[in-house]
Amino acid sequence: MSEAADSRIPVTVLTGYLGAGKTTLLNRILTENHGTRYAVIVNEFGEIGIDNDLLVESDEEVYEMNNGCICCTVRGDLIRTVENLMKRKGAFDAIIVETTGVADPAPVAQTFFMDDDVRAAAELDAVVAVVDARHVLDRLKDTDEAEDQIAFADVILLNKTDLVKDEELQAVEAAVRKINPYAKLHKTERCSVGLDAVLNRGAFDLDRILELEPDFLKTGDEHHHHDHECGPDCDHDHHHHDHECGPDCDHEHHHHHEDTHSVKSISFKAGELDPQTFLRWIGEVTQLEGPKILRLKGILAFKDDPQRYVVQGIHMIIEGNHQREWRSGETRESRLVFIGRDLDEKALEESFMACKA
Amino acid sequence: MPVIAPVDLESFVVSAAFLGDVAVFGAGDGAVHFQGGAETVVPVHKGGLLSASLTQDGKALVTGGADGRICRVTADGVVTELAERPRKWIDLIATGPQDAVAFASGRTAWVRLNNGEEKEFVHQRAVGGLTFAPKGLRLVTARYDGVTLWWVNAQGDPQELTWKGAHTGVSYSPDGKYIVTTMQENALHGWRLSDSQDMRMSGYPFKVKSISWSAKGKYLASSGAEAAILWPFTGKNGPMGQQPLQLGLRADTQVSVVCCHPKEDMLAIGYKDGMVMAVRFSDNAEVLLRRPGQGSISALCWDRKGTRLAFGTEEGAAGVITIAEE
Repeated sequence: MSEAADSRIPVTVLTGYLGAGKTTLLNRILTENHGTRYAVIVNEFGEIGIDNDLLVESDEEVYEMNNGCICCTVRGDLIRTVENLMKRKGAFDAIIVETTGVADPAPVAQTFFMDDDVRAAAELDAVVAVVDARHVLDRLKDTDEAEDQIAFADVILLNKTDLVKDEELQAVEAAVRKINPYAKLHKTERCSVGLDAVLNRGAFDLDRILELEPDFLKTGDEHHHHDHECGPDCDHDHHHHDHECGPDCDHEHHHHHEDTHSVKSISFKAGELDPQTFLRWIGEVTQLEGPKILRLKGILAFKDDPQRYVVQGIHMIIEGNHQREWRSGETRESRLVFIGRDLDEKALEESFMACKA
Repeated sequence: MPVIAPVDLESFVVSAAFLGDVAVFGAGDGAVHFQGGAETVVPVHKGGLLSASLTQDGKALVTGGADGRICRVTADGVVTELAERPRKWIDLIATGPQDAVAFASGRTAWVRLNNGEEKEFVHQRAVGGLTFAPKGLRLVTARYDGVTLWWVNAQGDPQELTWKGAHTGVSYSPDGKYIVTTMQENALHGWRLSDSQDMRMSGYPFKVKSISWSAKGKYLASSGAEAAILWPFTGKNGPMGQQPLQLGLRADTQVSVVCCHPKEDMLAIGYKDGMVMAVRFSDNAEVLLRRPGQGSISALCWDRKGTRLAFGTEEGAAGVITIAEE
């Protein structure tokens, strides 16, 4: 294999509640003939019946760094396992990390940004959440973890769709979309989805933020693809139209007091921004509100800057860079999305708008 | 330039050592390679070699692998299995007095005594590092929030030394007075054992992954910066209140491995760009031992006399450097 300067190993993180179908997906990835060799880090061997000498069991060890802030937690066992895997460099092409059902995905993802050695060796490709269509609504009522897993995901497999009725599925999908409207969502039975929908997503690659999320720039047109048209009231707090609404869409969005979910997504749109003001602001927001921010992504138009600037973040970690030239005919506008818990939308919006050039 | 006898491993060099006159290299693909002996290479671990430690008598290399085996390899290429933990990755190994071997995987450490008896030491969190006390049969494990000192044979509660954070490696000073850990943070932590006094050694720009005690334990050398950082342990208070030496400073790379000379106040420094230098403590005099290339230095070891240095890189370059007599 190529040993080019950037030969970082892509890492896919699989999350999902116990019984959602993570093992089914993993077994599929490992048995399908795709020519890619995977090293797999699992929490327990369980039913993974694969003869793979790069299958390793690892107890989740969440390490707090410095001040005990959740934003600075990493998975110590992952750091160690990645270091050990690097001794086998050349024997595998990619890494899959399976987390326990109750795992908080943040420390897993943060490990790939916070630890210098891991960061040099491996690159987070995507967080994939397997969601059990039949049980997820109950899980969302009982736990924060189920919500966090959905909120954190770049790709969501809404699995076991054969075990629920159509209307139930639509309600589930609406609930999932309400938490995370930006992930790629696939409805599956027994995790049957093309593996290219799960692997090599480049979801954390700043160059691909948009490519992966065409919906990001689109407005209502998407709805024409669906068998259901949203009512005029469906333009709820997301300011976005890219979710697939179920028939109960209006009901869901108009009864917020019945909503047990605390995670929501917020998006803002503005024209050109003043770079100094914005960068100072986003730094402050992530420092102060970091614990509440699960994911953030943005594409920004800075005044007098011919290039698009893209940002992404996990809790307090924020990365930004120029992506490419604005194309002729492209609207120079700035969009920023937060997925988080208990975010003060109004205050964020006001302070974001104050960054306008 | 000193003479280099190259050895090509084609995979990550996990360990370099000398068994008498024979240089041995543990490779990430699971093989052990020899230079200067009857054998050239023997396969040891299916699935990869993860850890290795030279026995205290210098006659064998003890290795741990992804196949869950702990093996003893001698200079003639004979491999003896000492223990096995199926499906565990044995990524920590330490060798102690009386041919004791400690190994760990996840949250459990074991000690195998020379009669084959095994003792188990279970921890709440993962074991980050292993070493033996220089005297008596005492195992030290680095862990989350500190270290634990276990009596291997005697009954009695283990001694706990606490410092918040993840401790990823541990070393006992040769004189038995100090324990020092490497940490997940960019720092070393130490304890003076006479009174459990904490010693924090910080200021590193990077994580410290390699430490080495100088002859007679006068200095502790460390990676984690663009230069090798050497903390003095000569005074009563160890390194506290003292400035460390900074040797072999490079502008464009960082130190990856340090290995102090067994007799002289001098050390070998391996860098991330593949360069190896020898540097004298007293005047920072540098001698280039290997030019950069073929990956970050991942292993360094002097022979007992201190006339030859074995090295290896992450990309599988390895060799023995013979230092010209001065």
